[in-house]
Amino acid sequence: MGKNNNINRRRFLKLLGAGSVVTAATFSGCKPKAMEAPEEEYKHQVEPPKGKMTYRRNPKTNEDVSLLGYGMMRLPTTDGAAARESDAPIDQEQVNRLVDYAIEHGVNYFDTSPAYCKGMSEHATGIALSRHPRNSYYIATKLSNFSEDTWSKQASIEMFNNSLKELQVDYIDYYLLHNIGMGGMEFFETRYENNGILDWLVEQRKAGRIRNLGFSYHGDIEVFDYLLSMHDEYHWDFVQIELNYLDWHYADEINPRNVDAEYLYGELQKRGIPSVIMEPLLGGRLSNVPQYIAARMKGRDPEHSVASWAFRYAGSPEGVLTVLSGMTYMEHLKDNLLSYSPLRPVSEDDKSFLEQVAKELVNMETIPCNDCKYCMPCPYGVDIPGIFVHYNKCKNAGSLPVDPEQEDYARYRREYLIGLDRSVPRIRQANHCIACGQCKPHCPQNIDIPRELHQIDMYVERLKQSREL
Amino acid sequence: MLKRIRRVLALFCFTLLTLLLLDVSGVLHHWLGWLAKVQLLPALLAMNVGVVLALCVLTLVFGRIYCSVICPLGVMQDGFAWLGRRRKKNRYSWSPEKRWLRYGLLGGMIVALATGVNIVVALLAPYSAYGRIVGSLVRPMYARVNNGLALLAERVDSYAFYEVDVWLKSLPTLVVAAATLVVLAWLAWRNGRTYCNTVCPVGTLLSLLARFSWFKVRIDNDRCVTCGLCAKNCKASCIDFKNHRVDYSRCVACGDCIEKCNKQAIRYTPAMRHKVSCPSETEAQSPDASRRAFLAVSALSATAALAQEGKKVDGGLAVVEQKVAPVRQTPVTPPGSLSASNMAKHCTACQLCVSTCPNDVLRPSSDLSTFMQPTSSFEHGFCRPECVKCSEVCPTGAIRPITRAEKTSIQAGHAVWIKKNCVPLTDERECGNCARHCPVGAITMVPIDENDENSLHVPAVNEARCIGCGACEHVCPASPLSAIIVEGHEVHRTI
Repeated sequence: MGKNNNINRRRFLKLLGAGSVVTAATFSGCKPKAMEAPEEEYKHQVEPPKGKMTYRRNPKTNEDVSLLGYGMMRLPTTDGAAARESDAPIDQEQVNRLVDYAIEHGVNYFDTSPAYCKGMSEHATGIALSRHPRNSYYIATKLSNFSEDTWSKQASIEMFNNSLKELQVDYIDYYLLHNIGMGGMEFFETRYENNGILDWLVEQRKAGRIRNLGFSYHGDIEVFDYLLSMHDEYHWDFVQIELNYLDWHYADEINPRNVDAEYLYGELQKRGIPSVIMEPLLGGRLSNVPQYIAARMKGRDPEHSVASWAFRYAGSPEGVLTVLSGMTYMEHLKDNLLSYSPLRPVSEDDKSFLEQVAKELVNMETIPCNDCKYCMPCPYGVDIPGIFVHYNKCKNAGSLPVDPEQEDYARYRREYLIGLDRSVPRIRQANHCIACGQCKPHCPQNIDIPRELHQIDMYVERLKQSREL
Repeated sequence: MLKRIRRVLALFCFTLLTLLLLDVSGVLHHWLGWLAKVQLLPALLAMNVGVVLALCVLTLVFGRIYCSVICPLGVMQDGFAWLGRRRKKNRYSWSPEKRWLRYGLLGGMIVALATGVNIVVALLAPYSAYGRIVGSLVRPMYARVNNGLALLAERVDSYAFYEVDVWLKSLPTLVVAAATLVVLAWLAWRNGRTYCNTVCPVGTLLSLLARFSWFKVRIDNDRCVTCGLCAKNCKASCIDFKNHRVDYSRCVACGDCIEKCNKQAIRYTPAMRHKVSCPSETEAQSPDASRRAFLAVSALSATAALAQEGKKVDGGLAVVEQKVAPVRQTPVTPPGSLSASNMAKHCTACQLCVSTCPNDVLRPSSDLSTFMQPTSSFEHGFCRPECVKCSEVCPTGAIRPITRAEKTSIQAGHAVWIKKNCVPLTDERECGNCARHCPVGAITMVPIDENDENSLHVPAVNEARCIGCGACEHVCPASPLSAIIVEGHEVHRTI
């Protein structure tokens, strides 16, 4: 605590010092500028600059791709929602505005799919992009042949041709096998190998109708490994993976079927394949973090958004070609542009900070309590080790409720709360810790007991509020 | 046939309503809540026009089947009467209507409603009497069975059942419920539906309509041999067999007489010619009954939280003294109840909210002016921000339905700091547990000595933001009396 305060104070003084120098300088200059200074500062926080976008080079084509890629999966509708949450038609006028603004500010990668926005995304993307010269943007779309009706070679080719038509182009810059890994090897073989479509796509690449061929991956790691093992045959030009500061180490904590991004990215780097990043915000979760985490982020970087941390993290690895964000509203677009115009890569220190945040977000940490009970008795009756032991037990069993979207969340939640009441009477639970700190010096593990108890208390409170038992 | 249908329907309603009143899981009210809402007096108090009209129509068509099917107290009495008949057959006989008593009590009830003497209303309301019997007498047993199952479940690592607290919420209410049960059981055992036809104001009210009902139990004079078997088996004592007449104001259309008659001389048939007139149903809505809390002001005894200085390294648990409910100068009523007077005027003390409250906040009041009506206190839990269950179950409109969002802005009271009990002063330790748990951020910890930032911090309550949920009082380490106590507001406000 004390240390943090010092740092903050030092930063504050530094800012103050710098501010006064600037003010002094401007005062000695011309008056109107001095009046403008705070307004400029404000503007710099909300208006992205032009011509500052960070680009990454595609090693195959040597083209520069903007680090921010526009994901066309959450396009706005006329009733002001995102397309997949609404039945209203896509607000084409708004899409055009967003696309124009993005291009103006250096975005040149647009990622869509025949499946997005209830199937309307490619059409809307085509309209918006066709208003710009073809060489000013790159289009990524996918072979989204999930349905059995589209498994045949003929149907898949038709899907490809339709993408060309909807997007009003005669070649695709980045073409992906969509969501391989879902359904395991068998599903992959059905969709891409047995029908011969993969070979057909490789032919299209030779013919120039596909400039870069890749795949997007979720789910069964076997398929990912298999496709990379075939790299010598297929020469993947890029691969789209999920990467963010949670998925880097804790993907399997969030969802046991996922694989840590560290592995995925590492495998791609080994082979020199550029990564396209999806889910930099983990479905928005990383832009809407608990208040105390948001406060810590702002404490470190007061003039940038919470979401900017996630974008900086996802964009920092050099092997990342572009980071996709499904932007519905202008403020999303502006904020993301600000994060990458230009990119401020995360430092080692930032990384360990985000690592800590990630741990807290997945409630990853088990508490290093080994139930020695040296802390006991708590003068206020709290059963300190009982609370930690229950938490660790659930954590280690992998049955810690973390995210309401998580599979089995309701069951885990019920088990956690009932189990807590069973092992620790309510009057001895964490909410009765008053933080007097008398326990602290007794802990051989140097656990900051009041802090941990309060974290658990807040966690339990969130669980209670999230649903009814 | 009529009897069989009646029995099936009655058992259906009775069982489900009883389950609703017993439920410890907090999920049944979602499906069964309607059973409380179709009770006549609660519907009248809630001004639930649809239900009241439907019940009027039902009575005008079929007679008082409300009393024999929907009313749980009526069905319960039928149960006792059935036991009585097993001991002695043909035990009833015709008796004339006790008008002065019936109408006197109905009148008394209306006056009590109008003047806000809710103890009379609470005692006479039949559904509420049943709710109290189940809530105070049966539910503790049910909860103990549940806890036994929870123990078993724990042994086998199952989470199907979980333990709930069982505690005596109000002794006076328990006594009233027990007395009601004994009196009713005795009356029903001996004389069937004496209570329904001489005391129950809802029965009397329905009798005004039942006289004109379309379907009635009718005696066929040509077939009747005046044997009197019907009258001897009429729980309502309403068949004057010598004169072949039935007092339709008391007949609850139970069908027992039809089954007993071996000449098929009694039938349940529609009128050939009927004239329907609907007497006015609305009861006068009262002028305000002003509420005063007139409990004695008892000094807040200061008992410091225990703090053991000597620390054993081998563990152990400090004794935690149970909290006791403070005597609140103004009682706290649950969010949604709008005001103390709305609660007093509408609540018939059925205890459904008390049974439903998953946080053990609600309990029956012992104050005479709000006798047995729910009141909040926070020794066992606090009025949690995500819970609006009492507002969902209340059938009388005493607690109006609210959403979670609304709840966080309803001010039902405000917290008062009791300096003498506050741990930073008694134990010289930093605390702040109240501030940490305030869901609306109404409490700030401020230094005791305003000139010394390093002095110990004590809570400062911003009354304008406080909603009176009791989280602070509940988590306060001082016991048996907290150092921060919620004082109720007579009128709830939205902040």
